[in-house]
Amino acid sequence: MAGLRSTLTRPFTDTVGLARWMLVGGVVLTVIFVILAIFAPWIAPYGFAQASAHGVPFPKVGHPSSAHWFGTDRLFFDVLSRTIWGARTAMEVVILSIFVCVVIGVPLGLASGYYGGWFDRILVLIMDALYAFPSFLLAIVFSFLLTNAFGGSVLAVSMSLTAIYIPQYFRVVRNTTLSAKEATYVEAARAIGASDFAIMRRYLFGNVVQSVPVLGTLNAADAILTLAGLGFLGLGIQSTDAAEWGHDLNRALADAGSGVWWTGLYPGLAIVLLVTALTLVGEGLNETLNPTLRRRRLLPVVMPGRPADLPTGEEKH
Amino acid sequence: MSRGGSGSLPRYILQRVLLVIPMIWVILTVVFLVLRVAPGDPVSAALGGKLDPQALAQARDRLGFNRPLIAQYWDYLSSVAHLDFGTTFSDNQPVLRVVRDNGGATLSLTLAAFVVALVVGIPLGLVAGRYRDSFPDAVIRLFGILSYAAPIFFVGFLLQVYVAAPLGLPTSGDASPITIFEVKPKTHILLVDALLSGNGTAIEDVLKHLLLPALTLGLLICGVFIRLVRVNMLMTMQADYVEAAEARGIRRRNVTWRHGFRNALVPVITVIGLQFALLLGGAVLTEATFNWPGLGQKLVLYINNRDYGAVQGIVTIFAIAVVLISLLVDIINALIDPRVRY
Repeated sequence: MAGLRSTLTRPFTDTVGLARWMLVGGVVLTVIFVILAIFAPWIAPYGFAQASAHGVPFPKVGHPSSAHWFGTDRLFFDVLSRTIWGARTAMEVVILSIFVCVVIGVPLGLASGYYGGWFDRILVLIMDALYAFPSFLLAIVFSFLLTNAFGGSVLAVSMSLTAIYIPQYFRVVRNTTLSAKEATYVEAARAIGASDFAIMRRYLFGNVVQSVPVLGTLNAADAILTLAGLGFLGLGIQSTDAAEWGHDLNRALADAGSGVWWTGLYPGLAIVLLVTALTLVGEGLNETLNPTLRRRRLLPVVMPGRPADLPTGEEKH
Repeated sequence: MSRGGSGSLPRYILQRVLLVIPMIWVILTVVFLVLRVAPGDPVSAALGGKLDPQALAQARDRLGFNRPLIAQYWDYLSSVAHLDFGTTFSDNQPVLRVVRDNGGATLSLTLAAFVVALVVGIPLGLVAGRYRDSFPDAVIRLFGILSYAAPIFFVGFLLQVYVAAPLGLPTSGDASPITIFEVKPKTHILLVDALLSGNGTAIEDVLKHLLLPALTLGLLICGVFIRLVRVNMLMTMQADYVEAAEARGIRRRNVTWRHGFRNALVPVITVIGLQFALLLGGAVLTEATFNWPGLGQKLVLYINNRDYGAVQGIVTIFAIAVVLISLLVDIINALIDPRVRY
């Protein structure tokens, strides 16, 4: 338990100054969005596709008011409610897609790096080709197909995001596997007769998943943007199925010329804040976990057996 | 490697060019599989409802969708090899003509965005990296993160509401109709055509239309440059030769300029190539936001029409363009930095 706690708090205790504040700020913001996502039905004043309350229809493109803090949009929907519900959609899509990415990408990279040979070469070629391709275009193509097959659902969009992020997990895990499998402890494990599976699971897995949290957080940020981009182009989730910030911005753009700012500003700010938060967490983790960037906090050194009355070097600074 | 020196450069280029062929082949295969293995029949998806069943069957026959998949695959590869990217289903145009008519607008948008990104991003990144953990560093890093975190269409929306409306700047299209009417298309790149025509009003009109879209797309890439240049600057300033220069008593400012900045900028060239992919994706969104008549908007239009032929052709061309540009960047890199040529 203590070990787990120290692992979780290490990014906070080991960082200093700006890096620490960025990390703390990112975590706090992310937690706020997670709370909004989980408790959306209780926090949001109305449903995401609700155009009237108690038999009274909402105004069309109504100014922000006491009944509708963020105003209403051209479909009569309450902007505040849709912004809050949007957090839930974003969270669902991100969790689903990153989870599938890790479940497929990590074992694939591990096996590919460990066994090598033609299996590895073919996979590397495919993954490199996918990686070289503009990821947003790839997402467009995949969602074009998947929404044909499944409709504009959370599942379809998540799967198209999965398709564009898997190569990243594959590459990172494969490359770390390549160097980790040459280590002495792996050779020792092989010498005592451990099976390939046991070596991968017990000896390599723990070493190669180190970079996954950073990658996952940064991918989550990117996934929010891609999801919103697809929604903006009308390729994502339909607005009556779920609240989606990108699609709301698309509708807002039609009114931008006539000075209507509230329909676009709030969903847009939600995207910016959540992506910023996740990026800050990812960068903060990177700065603590990546030794080339890391700047450790100098911890006071207590010398054993030193007379208590002498000043220690630490106090002079 | 026995010859060493500059002698290995042609060999490196040859290797790199040969590597492009399997790369393109894999991408083409992925594009083909993704678009053909999908459920549903492409022809009825695009033309269903517009044609009766008999005409539909004829169209399917004509376009070769009744043949075995492997034959279709072979057809696709061989026609791409002959630079034939097919025709669109919905308006029956050669994909190459669509690219020629709309590619120019995308090209001028992306190039202008690159200029914005470099001009804004590099100085900010250098300053942030040089003065690590200072107040400017914090502000610049936050700006870098925000410019990455703000979706293109949101930046575009803000510019339209808060900048374009008060200043009376255009927010739709790449020129007003009168300019398009007056300027004769020679290169199919409107800015170049306007400059060639020497018509002052037309040039001004085109530049005005270009301003906000280029700014929007440029800010996206600018964040990437800030982060990259900053990290490189950090690493360079920690390098042994910088320490050695300081130890020799060279003034701090000279060390920063001559040893720090210059070396921190080398990787930027590599990343410019990588950013092209990001830029293409961003261009699609920028074009949709500003109703810019480029290839990205055309692609979205064809997607909404469920036009497989057009989607396949345009995506194929995008893919080849990306691979070729990364090849070009690698070669330029090898020319500049001898370490790349292993």
